[in-house]
Amino acid sequence: MSFNRIYGLFLRHFFLIKSSLPRILDLIYWPTIQIILWGFISLFFSTYSNYYNNTLGVILTCAILYDFLFRSSISFNMLFLEEIWSRNFTNLFIAPMRISEIIISLVLTALIRTLIGLVPAILITSPLFGISILNLGMPLFFLFLSLYIFGITLGLFVSSGLLRYGPAFENIAWSSLFLLAPLGCIYYPIEILPDLLQTLARILPLVYIFEEARSILVNQYVDYSNIKNAFLLNGFYLLIGILLFYYSFQQARKKGSLINIGE
Amino acid sequence: MQYPIVVENLSKNYSKNEAVKNINFKISENEVLGLLGPNGCGKTTTIAMMLGLLKPTNGKVLIDGEDIEKKRISLLHKMNFISPYIELPKKLTVKENLIVYGKLYGVKSIIIRIDYLSDKLRLNEFLYKKTGELSSGQKNRVSLAKALINDPKILFLDEPTASLDPETGDFVRSFIEKISKEKNMSILLASHNMNEVKRLCKKVLMMKDGCLIDQGTPDDLIKKHGKTNLEEVFLKLNRSENEF
Repeated sequence: MSFNRIYGLFLRHFFLIKSSLPRILDLIYWPTIQIILWGFISLFFSTYSNYYNNTLGVILTCAILYDFLFRSSISFNMLFLEEIWSRNFTNLFIAPMRISEIIISLVLTALIRTLIGLVPAILITSPLFGISILNLGMPLFFLFLSLYIFGITLGLFVSSGLLRYGPAFENIAWSSLFLLAPLGCIYYPIEILPDLLQTLARILPLVYIFEEARSILVNQYVDYSNIKNAFLLNGFYLLIGILLFYYSFQQARKKGSLINIGE
Repeated sequence: MQYPIVVENLSKNYSKNEAVKNINFKISENEVLGLLGPNGCGKTTTIAMMLGLLKPTNGKVLIDGEDIEKKRISLLHKMNFISPYIELPKKLTVKENLIVYGKLYGVKSIIIRIDYLSDKLRLNEFLYKKTGELSSGQKNRVSLAKALINDPKILFLDEPTASLDPETGDFVRSFIEKISKEKNMSILLASHNMNEVKRLCKKVLMMKDGCLIDQGTPDDLIKKHGKTNLEEVFLKLNRSENEF
């Protein structure tokens, strides 16, 4: 394991981001728009619905948490796609980098990209809507960590597909989270879903994370079993994601998809 | 004598297609070996297997006596590659790209190395320009700098002067000639430029349909086939199945 190589790959993306204002703005733009949009939707519900006592806080907090998940997954995929788009992919795989170093470097870079986007969004919720996500207290850290692990796991799944199938898999990168969102029970309790979907939802960590967020905000009660379940499922999926990435790399070496993948 | 590169019974099959069929060759120190053949004959597939990008179906590639399949990461430290079909990130400056690859290859004094290569390859005038803004000739020199950033013992050059103007092409060829001697490098050169091959290579391998169909020094091949230059030999070998 070499810190230099991990740092080297991080620098490759850091140089790219710092040299491009549109890229920085793009990172900030979507989370900000998302939060503003959901802020007004939440404001509407808090005025006309009695479902939650604190509709604005619940919806907005869940929107921020979901966006964190979305950003972390997309950031991971984007780092991989950047290599394909710039036709740098082959250069990367003839450099003496271990797969573990590539994964760690992408995980850390994705975290920085995600935070660049999300911190401004979190900061504006307080002056605009009088909501602070920090109201979740200490469990917030575990929720963020859990979401980040799941985001990275999805990123690993999608990147494995990109590694094996090339740019043809690109659209999956964009749509993967939209496919899971209904089962994640982000804005509503799991009971809203039909029985079959409830069963499916329970094998995803998202349900436990968002149930926990609502539990804290609505009932002011921290249910650590939700956090534990989310981490156990995350560990399981992360392990599968890592194994799949290694497997895809070996398959790509057999099938020849590491050569001229950008074409 | 231990050869830096030994290719033994190397084959690659993609389902029904045999891309490379049981080829054997060696490259010694301070040797530039030419790999010639028409498009799709298996040159890139062979190089990809030598770089560990592609898993052979059969056979092996030994780098300094070690199997690339078993010691891929440590052997990649000794090698590098340049091809017009792969590029460096366009939005990074030349220097940023070289720093990144210096880090990836574990180069100790990156800035000193970049200064040295910038000087040798005349990169100084555009070191702080974005790589995507450079001309083909400038990009080619930057790719060459990237390929030399780790001071490799073994270099794979896939059409290193493709699409370059004669002056830049000549500069690159002279540079390769000089550095291979200075550094005792082993170089595999795949090219469609027969004059380049004749100038740089001590020995040439001719490939067709995944097989090695002939080999020898450029002069020997020309003499053997009764032709006046390497291009005529190439055409003869690739136009008719029965002549050879």
